[in-house]
Amino acid sequence: MSEASSQKVVIVGAGPAGIRAAATLIEAGLHPVVIDEGHRAGGQIYRRPPDGFVRTPGQLYGSEAAKARALHACFDKLVEAGRLTYFARSSVIAVHDRRLHVLEEGCLHVIGYDRLILATGASDRIAPVPGWQNAGVYSLGAAQIALKAQGVALGRRIVLIGSGPLLTLVGAQLLKAGAAVTAVLDTSSWRRQMRGFPGLAARPIVALRGLALRARLGGRYHAGVTVECIEADASCVTAMRWRDPGGRQRITPCDTVGMGWHLRAETHLADLVGCAFAYDEQWQQWLPQTDAMGRAGNGVYLAGDGARLIGADGAEIAGRLAAMACLTDLGHAASPVQADLRKLARLKRFACGLACAFPWPAEMVRTMPDDAIVCRCENITAAAVRDGADFGGGEANRVKSLSRAGMGRCQGRYCHLAAVELVAAQSGCASRDVGRFRGQAPVRPAPVGAFLRED
Amino acid sequence: MNTGRIVRLAERDRVEVQFFLDGEMRYALAGDTVLTAMLAPGHALRKSEFGPEPRAGFCLMGACQDCWVWQEAGPRLRACSTPVTGGMRLRTTAPESWP
Repeated sequence: MSEASSQKVVIVGAGPAGIRAAATLIEAGLHPVVIDEGHRAGGQIYRRPPDGFVRTPGQLYGSEAAKARALHACFDKLVEAGRLTYFARSSVIAVHDRRLHVLEEGCLHVIGYDRLILATGASDRIAPVPGWQNAGVYSLGAAQIALKAQGVALGRRIVLIGSGPLLTLVGAQLLKAGAAVTAVLDTSSWRRQMRGFPGLAARPIVALRGLALRARLGGRYHAGVTVECIEADASCVTAMRWRDPGGRQRITPCDTVGMGWHLRAETHLADLVGCAFAYDEQWQQWLPQTDAMGRAGNGVYLAGDGARLIGADGAEIAGRLAAMACLTDLGHAASPVQADLRKLARLKRFACGLACAFPWPAEMVRTMPDDAIVCRCENITAAAVRDGADFGGGEANRVKSLSRAGMGRCQGRYCHLAAVELVAAQSGCASRDVGRFRGQAPVRPAPVGAFLRED
Repeated sequence: MNTGRIVRLAERDRVEVQFFLDGEMRYALAGDTVLTAMLAPGHALRKSEFGPEPRAGFCLMGACQDCWVWQEAGPRLRACSTPVTGGMRLRTTAPESWP
C-alpha cells in the first residue's frame, strides 16, 4: 500500500459535493469514509424518498432528474463495491485533534482522519417575522422536503414568503403537485431583481427556466412586498399580513407559511476545525476561507454550499476539486483542473447574480418590533437582543451570552444572522463589525446516554 | 378521512402501519416520518417549553430540533427524520417519570 492510500480521508456529507469528492478519491485508489445525516445519499436537493415510494426521478427532480440519477447511481455503486465506508444517519457533533465525534442512533463513535473534506451544504437563510414561532410556519426547504421525500403538503392553504430561487421553485412545485398555494410574496422588488441580471446572464437557460416557473405562479406572485406578521390562534397559523408595493395592507388567510431568504452556509464544523472566516458582503454572511480548490489549511478541504453558495452543479465541481487538492497534497500526480475552475467561475457569476437579485432583508430585521421572537428555540425577543447590545456592547458573542439568542437547540442556525443584524443596528454599525457567533460542540444535540456508551 | 395539517398529494398506495400516540392507536403509511404520521390527523407535535404556542416542526432536515417528541420509554426523537414503525409508542409530552 502506498503512503497516500494509507492516509485516511473522511468526507462529511453525501450531497452532490460529498459524492463527487468520494468518487474522485476512489478513482485515485483511496478508500474514503463518508459520514452523512441522510437515510440515503443525495443530500437535500437530490434527497431520495424512502423505499417503496414510486415517483420517478423525473417527477421528483424535474429538469435535474438526470443529474440526480447519475449521482445516486454513482454513490450506490461505490458502496456496493465496498470502495468506501459509509455511515448513514450519522451526525458529526464535534471535531478535536483530527478526531470526529460521530453520533449514530444514539451511540457515539470516534473516527480519526488525516484529511477532512467538509461538504456540509446549506439550509434556508431565515429572517424572523413576527408570529413565526407558531405551529404551521416552516422553512421553504421544509415544504420542499415534505413534498419530495413524503409526497405531502404541510398545510391546506399555504403562503410562501421570502426571496430567492427557492421561493419560486417551491411555489411552482407545490402547485404542480396539487397543493393549495394562495400567495407567493417576494420581498425583493422587480427593480432590485433586475440588478442581478448581469450575473444571471452567465446561465441564460437556468435563468429562463426560473422565469418560466415564476410564470406558473400567475397572480399569486407579488414582488416588492413588505411582510408584516403571521397571525395565529391558539392552535396554528390563520393568516399572513403584508403590504403590497403600493403600501396597501393585505391579509391572506392560510394555515401554513413557508419562509426563507435564499440560503445560509452550514459552517459549524468548519468553525470547530479552525477554518478562518470572513464576512462576505455579497452573501451578507460569514463564510469560511479557502483557496480556489477548496483548501482551508491544516488538512481540511471545503466543498459545496457549506463553503460558497453556488448550488448543486457548482457543488459537484467543488467536490471534485477539493478531492483533487487533497490528492495533490497527498503526493498524487496533479490532474488538470483548469476546465473545472473555469466552469466554477461561471457558476459563481450566476450565484452572485442571485445574491444581488434576492438580498437578505436587513432593514426588515433591523426594524422588527420589540416583542417579536428572534430565537425560535427559546422564544427570545428582539427586545432581549437589543437589551443585550445596550448592556454588553456591539459584540455578537457577548450579546449571545446575555440574551441566550444562538444558544438554543438549533445552535443559532436560524437566528444567528438576524440576531447579529439586530446587535449591529442597536450599536449603530454594520453587521460585519459585530462579529459572528462562535460555533460550539456538540453541533447537534446529543443525549447524555451517548457519552456514557462511547466506544 | 384525513382532517389534520398534512395533505397527501402522492404516494398514497402504501401499506398501513399502526402506532400509538399518547396511548391512542393511530394509523400511518409505511415510509411516513413520525412528523407526517402525527400531522396527518393532527395540527401540532408538541407544546413549546418557552411560550404558549404549540409546535409542528420547522426545517424538516434535522437542524432546528423543533420537532422533538418523546417515546414512552423516555428518549426523544426528531419527528422529521425518524421513520414511523409499527407499534411505535409516542408522546407529545415528557413521560411522568422523566427526570
